Amino acid sequence: MRTRVKFFLGLLCLASTYALAAGGALQAPARIEAGNPFSIATTGSGKAVLYIVGPQQVLRREIQLGDNVSFEHGDLHNAGLYLVVLAGSGANETAQLEVTADHQAAKLSFLANPSRAPVDQRDGISGVVYVFDTFHNLILQPTPVEFRISGAAGTETRNQSTRNGVAWVRMNSAPQSGAAQFIAAAGSVTEKRVIQQVPGDPCHLRMTAQSSGPHIILQTEPVRDCSGNAVPDGTVVTFTETYNGKQSTVDVPLKRDVAKTELPAHEGAVISVATGVVMGNEIRLGEK
Amino acid sequence: MYRLIQATCLRTLLLLMSSVLFALPIPGSEQPTVRVEPTNSVGPRMLEQQTESAVVRDYLLAWQTMGKAFEENRADLLAAYFVGVARGKLVDTVEEQKKVGMSTRYRDLSHDLKLVFYSPEGLSVQLVDRVEYEVQVLDHGDVKATQRIRCRYVAVLTPTEVRWEVRLFQAEPE
Repeated sequence: MRTRVKFFLGLLCLASTYALAAGGALQAPARIEAGNPFSIATTGSGKAVLYIVGPQQVLRREIQLGDNVSFEHGDLHNAGLYLVVLAGSGANETAQLEVTADHQAAKLSFLANPSRAPVDQRDGISGVVYVFDTFHNLILQPTPVEFRISGAAGTETRNQSTRNGVAWVRMNSAPQSGAAQFIAAAGSVTEKRVIQQVPGDPCHLRMTAQSSGPHIILQTEPVRDCSGNAVPDGTVVTFTETYNGKQSTVDVPLKRDVAKTELPAHEGAVISVATGVVMGNEIRLGEK
Repeated sequence: MYRLIQATCLRTLLLLMSSVLFALPIPGSEQPTVRVEPTNSVGPRMLEQQTESAVVRDYLLAWQTMGKAFEENRADLLAAYFVGVARGKLVDTVEEQKKVGMSTRYRDLSHDLKLVFYSPEGLSVQLVDRVEYEVQVLDHGDVKATQRIRCRYVAVLTPTEVRWEVRLFQAEPE
């Protein structure tokens, strides 16, 4: 009994993979994998032309009816839906042929953004991957993709599956600055991008003052972001002196992590320091 | 007052368009029916109504351009709305048609569109199109076959200076 069921199921499968055109002169497979060899059987006699037509590819073959028309590896390599037409000797027949992408990933189109990301930012880095087969057909079946960021702070991995050929991820940037490798992998194919993780905004700001005759020398402590990374040299620090209702400011770029300047030493003046959105400490001159 | 009423009506209309299926007329003598399904979520980035409209408009114009290119065997027409892999494959098809003396007429009859993915950096939009079209195969000017086909197209569009262009264009049966 089981053998009979298997036999009928086998027949059903065979029937489903072959589309029989009306009249039976054209027997084309309903589905093939891109680039794979296949054949189309014809019956009858006389000359005819066989067309395989789709926006992605066209093939035209002059044939002898009754022959098996063979297509070699790579002949029909673009995924899509094709119309098969057999024309000649008074009868035209048609069938549809689906060409699917190879299930094996061969190429990845990987977009990583941004190329420079501030450190320690939640979902600060995004990656998008389109998965293709060897003929650059989008693989529409769900395909597992691994996203990995490796840097001085360690490795973070996320696994996603493609939907309609695309997978995407958002990942956190590391707390430490430096270059990180952002890798996308599907099967044995990997694509790598380098993300430069740069220090974030300054987190704390503190200055000290030292008297020098009629002037006062002001110097910040090394300026760092909230993860302890040195803020890049060139970041501007503003010193403001308020005295007798007047205000004077000096903008100083960081040099070797610190900003240093001189201001007139007026007794009772208030000096403040700031950079970006961070306010530092205040110093009142004349107060010991 | 009249302008205020007009603006309110327009806003209501836009709201309705974003929440229900709607049909878009596109230029041409025989216009396909176009339905755009509402996009509740397109992944990592919010899709503005204006962007959605531009993507749909350019995708439909890409179909018209493709039809003309295949009928007239003019690969140069494809450059306006196709780019990258999609353009490469379509250009190859046109060149092959020209070589063997064929041409094809594609007439899109209906599109049922849904935008399914908008990449985080805004550089690609993916849409799924349940399309019905008629294809006519001609060999040295003689019509060899005409058939209606229903299938599902997956397309990826990327922005260029002036429009969205089709970068990936692939069909599968419904």
